[in-house]
Amino acid sequence: MAELMKVLGIWLGAYFTLSIFSFLYKDNPFYKLAEQIFVGLSAGYWLIYTIYNILVPNLFNLLFTDFAHNWLLLIPMLLGIMMLLRIIPSAQWLSRYPIALMVGTTAAIYMLLSFKSDFLAQIAATMVNPFKFSSPVDVVGTILLIVGVLCGVYFFYFSKKQEGVFAIPSKIGIWFLMVSFGASFGYTVMARISLLIGRLDFLLRDWLHIIK
Amino acid sequence: MKADRTLIERRIVFLVLALAVALPLIFPLGLRTKGTPLTKKAYDLVDQTPTGSVVILSFDYDPSTVTELQPMAQAILEHAWKKGHKVIATAMWPQGSQMADMAFENVQAKLGQKEYGRDYINLGYKVGGMVVIQGMGRNFKTVFPKDTSGLNYEDIPLLKTVKSLRDIKYVVSLSAGDPGLKDWVLTAHDKYGVSVAGGTTAVSAPGFLPYVNDQKQLYGLMGGLKAAAEYELLMEYEGPASLNMNPQSVAHVLILVLIAIGNIKAWRKRKAALKSGEVANG
Amino acid sequence: MKKNLPLIVAFASGLLILIAGFIPHKPFGMLEETLTNWFMIISSFAILLGQISLIQANVTRVAHRSPNWQYYLAGLISFAGMVVFGLLWGMEKTPGILGHGEGISQNLGSKPFDYIFDYIYMPLSATMFSLLAFYIASAAYRAFIIRNFESNLLMITAVIVMLGRTSFATWITSWIPDSWGILQLPRLTDFIMQYPNTAAQRAILISAALGVVGSSLRIILGIERSYLGGGK
Repeated sequence: MAELMKVLGIWLGAYFTLSIFSFLYKDNPFYKLAEQIFVGLSAGYWLIYTIYNILVPNLFNLLFTDFAHNWLLLIPMLLGIMMLLRIIPSAQWLSRYPIALMVGTTAAIYMLLSFKSDFLAQIAATMVNPFKFSSPVDVVGTILLIVGVLCGVYFFYFSKKQEGVFAIPSKIGIWFLMVSFGASFGYTVMARISLLIGRLDFLLRDWLHIIK
Repeated sequence: MKADRTLIERRIVFLVLALAVALPLIFPLGLRTKGTPLTKKAYDLVDQTPTGSVVILSFDYDPSTVTELQPMAQAILEHAWKKGHKVIATAMWPQGSQMADMAFENVQAKLGQKEYGRDYINLGYKVGGMVVIQGMGRNFKTVFPKDTSGLNYEDIPLLKTVKSLRDIKYVVSLSAGDPGLKDWVLTAHDKYGVSVAGGTTAVSAPGFLPYVNDQKQLYGLMGGLKAAAEYELLMEYEGPASLNMNPQSVAHVLILVLIAIGNIKAWRKRKAALKSGEVANG
Repeated sequence: MKKNLPLIVAFASGLLILIAGFIPHKPFGMLEETLTNWFMIISSFAILLGQISLIQANVTRVAHRSPNWQYYLAGLISFAGMVVFGLLWGMEKTPGILGHGEGISQNLGSKPFDYIFDYIYMPLSATMFSLLAFYIASAAYRAFIIRNFESNLLMITAVIVMLGRTSFATWITSWIPDSWGILQLPRLTDFIMQYPNTAAQRAILISAALGVVGSSLRIILGIERSYLGGGK
């Protein structure tokens, strides 16, 4: 029975794969159906994982098994319920409290960590003596790195109008950004092709058994 | 009429791309990929960590990127187990938990049975990204009171020595976006000093390179299927990523050909427009 | 009052995290731990809210017989199926209300929730994103055109990186002697990624970090309050 269900499962997988691919020809009922099923399953999946992986172990279980030590958890539970009240127009204002707590916490955490890791650490990582390297490639590369970072940051500095001589670093900054966007495009192509390989591999190997 | 032509051209492009991927899958070209220093660095981190160390593999992705990240996850897991590391699986994406189980199952099929709770554990998904990792830095048990099977934290032998992130030797985040690798770098490494390496989809790889620096914010970086194939190469086996590099390479060449044809067409059009402009101006 | 009190909550929670960042000892460290734990629980409710909104929207469409309502009904049914199977028998190692459902698992080969995940959700999710491969190929053909110096830079880099990351790259430029090894495609790609690309990405990171600090301060100090909704 399990073997039969596995075969059925592979056929189901193939059906849904082809349904999505049918969009390449044009929008059609097969695609629309597959799309909505995907949305429904995603939402259901997320809900179940949130319940079993977070709400049960991190909240309800602790409250039911050891209330004396965990009664404080009633506060986030209450705030969570206040969050749900957003769907009732007359009680919507209550959801502002949990949102405020989440936004305040996230803002502070991001502020501290971004400043340290994305600002200070990145500046420190750029302060490299290019001439410490023995290879000319590394020397040139490190000089390019320093110039690129300085000009790139200058480009993003909007407080002063950039014209005449002051526009030159900005222009160089744009060149570096263009090189980076080119590299990103190359990598994006790579990523998208990989995903297609995965699906065709499924159809040709698991479904049609053309690849052994 | 022109719209029809564009539509037909587009469908031809689609068809050619499908063939460029399918044919090398059916008839592999036997191409071998070449390693890069970034993948080697990630490999070295796993390789140089002592036996018995407790490590984290974070499955921060979902099935949409499984072709790129699953081979990477399995190669790293195999490496970690061969080195005798005890692996904790976490997930910042809800589907990551299933991806972790799939990796555990596949690698055990190859290496033989490992003991759940002693050699590996799946702690599952938690929502919150950076905030959750920050919580792990303070107290692991508060964030993960139970594993995915309902075992209590204190009953899991592997976790006996783990009080906070500082007890972890390294973290490898397999990341398809946000939350993911960035959160691990900013929190686990920069705040708690744990070595972090990453495996990302190719799309996000260029953005992570600034973290690979002298301060080792990111120990090594594997970007996309190519890096997964490189890791397999370092592990001395030809896995799914290595095989898939055949169609990947052919498809890249096809895209380059398409860019060339597109540019030739645009150049011809420009030339024709210039000519007709000259004629019109007498 | 309805707006000012939440602003105080945001200020207090933000300030607490900031203080704990600099003084990670009692009581601030403990308070931070409590707050991050609460954050996780409240976020879970936020996810529930998202699901409820989705269901509400779909139910309304079906009830009003909006165009394509049949598809939204299919979405609702698949949502309900996933939730019911998950609640009853759980998933993977996690038991549900009725335990692990050994009988049904034996027939299906896995739990119903996992069966749907493996054979329907996974193909749908992976295929949905793989469609982009076709569109990126089409875009490369129609839109990736040389226009000026900047677009040339972008194109040349993209071509080198795309080719440099293939398995052909090594033998295409294997004739270049080692003394000029930097011109070999794989090494040239590594060079571009390691230096010019890193420089630009680092400039973006540094600039964005300043933006994050600025906007976070605005939130904590109550200057930025749009997240509370309802205008000023």
